[in-house]
Amino acid sequence: MTDHASAVLVSGVSKIFNDGTPKRVEALVGVDLRVEHGEFVSLIGPSGCGKSTLLRLIANLLEPTSGEISVNGKSASQSRLDQDYGMAFQQSGLFDWRTVAKNIELPLELKGWDKAKRAQRACEMLELVKLPEFADLYPWQLSGGMQQRIAIARALAAHPQLLLMDEPFGALDEMTREYMQGELLRICAETKTTVVFVTHSIPEAVYLSNRVVVMSPRPGRITEVIPVNLGSDRTEDTRNADDFFHGITAVREALRGTHADHASAGAVRGIEDR
Amino acid sequence: MGERLRRIAPPLVFGVAFLALWEGLVWVFALKPYFLAAPSKIFGEFVKNSGRVWDAATVSGTNAFVGLIAGTVLGIAMSFILSRYRFLGEIVTPLAIALNSIPIFVLVAVLNNMYSITSETPRRIMVTLVVYFIVLVNVAKGLTQVRGTHIELMRSYAASEFEILRKVRVPNARPYLFTALKIAAPAAVITAFVSEYFGGSQNGLGSRITSNIANSRNATAWAYVLGACMLGLGFYIISVALESATQKGGSGTDSSKIHT
Repeated sequence: MTDHASAVLVSGVSKIFNDGTPKRVEALVGVDLRVEHGEFVSLIGPSGCGKSTLLRLIANLLEPTSGEISVNGKSASQSRLDQDYGMAFQQSGLFDWRTVAKNIELPLELKGWDKAKRAQRACEMLELVKLPEFADLYPWQLSGGMQQRIAIARALAAHPQLLLMDEPFGALDEMTREYMQGELLRICAETKTTVVFVTHSIPEAVYLSNRVVVMSPRPGRITEVIPVNLGSDRTEDTRNADDFFHGITAVREALRGTHADHASAGAVRGIEDR
Repeated sequence: MGERLRRIAPPLVFGVAFLALWEGLVWVFALKPYFLAAPSKIFGEFVKNSGRVWDAATVSGTNAFVGLIAGTVLGIAMSFILSRYRFLGEIVTPLAIALNSIPIFVLVAVLNNMYSITSETPRRIMVTLVVYFIVLVNVAKGLTQVRGTHIELMRSYAASEFEILRKVRVPNARPYLFTALKIAAPAAVITAFVSEYFGGSQNGLGSRITSNIANSRNATAWAYVLGACMLGLGFYIISVALESATQKGGSGTDSSKIHT
């Protein structure tokens, strides 16, 4: 039944913070987005364009001011209650007082799995992210890249069909970052996970995605959706492919468009302010 | 072993040198015992009176211990209530600040009037109050100052408030509790001594120190000070040992990090 429904369906969604006060902010207006199963979709745009807000609306960590959001054919709140998605953030958000394995087990604990089953799954997940020997260490004993892999393992521990990621590699150095991108693609291919990915980086968005959603600020909205034709088998060589550079150029131009928009809007506002 | 010795040796040498200097000053300038007693004399008095010092330390130590336990339990309980019902914090905080800004020991005098003159209860209540505030402030901070990512993560797991409390807030508050105890343990001992200066039975270390000074038995008074010092140190060591015994994970240093 859920096979026929989109992984994520956002229709006519707006989000206004502090409505009715002087601090009113239109974070998002009139956003429509459909993500199919197995797709990798990136949200990119300058800060303040509402990309993180959109991700949190899909995660039901925020409620939309208007519009509808469904995940796997269910309401966003129902799919949160059912733990239909896993989530990863810029900070790994691992718990210092739990071992690596216990961190991965956390979502399973909350689902009420028994101990043996949890331990077995944690083991499998550590194999998946290629860190099986670190089960009994504490997160602070690991490097940033390793912590982020543990966070991904945790997000996928309950085998969700959907993974929501908010700049998960934003705090990593460039080398680690490219390595993590490759790992993420491999893991998603192995687990057939749908991903919605928020990022600041144009190459990252192009390298990872089937589609790049370009957003603009004030008010946050989707300005363009750019398909990326790099096929399903992406390697380090993909970073040198012509299509990769074409994708980067297309996204950059789309972003520039939003800046041009922004600049003229700013000028108009500037006049009003005076 | 050599590593350990290198760590312990400098403070040990310094301590011995300090005592030697003190002893030397007393001999060279022939200082009278009522002005400054020599360490050797103090130690002699300490050995001679060890039974009495022990008895007095037991009285003060029991007061400090009972107050420490009561204050910790009450402080933890209140911090849970305050972290659950934030508006209570706004009501209670001004009162707590007001209480903390008066020289809190005067409360002993008030408490002494409520109980019989030989009762240890006022002193224990005093210790309880001092410990209570230290524990309350720290544990409440640990329960409420939780990382935003952790809360979002727990909400994405559809975790209830109780589960967030149990799996995030309480473990997060644990190091704050031990920080509080490391401050509160010596404070409990000091409070127990000072509480003895406001009347009541003359049986604790604090009252023995004053009465010996009043009778110009300076070396004996110093012997009780030595006892007091050891009692405070003992409390501190126990609180540190308690922390390392229950430590798991915690925050490490960068040197132990593994890199890929």
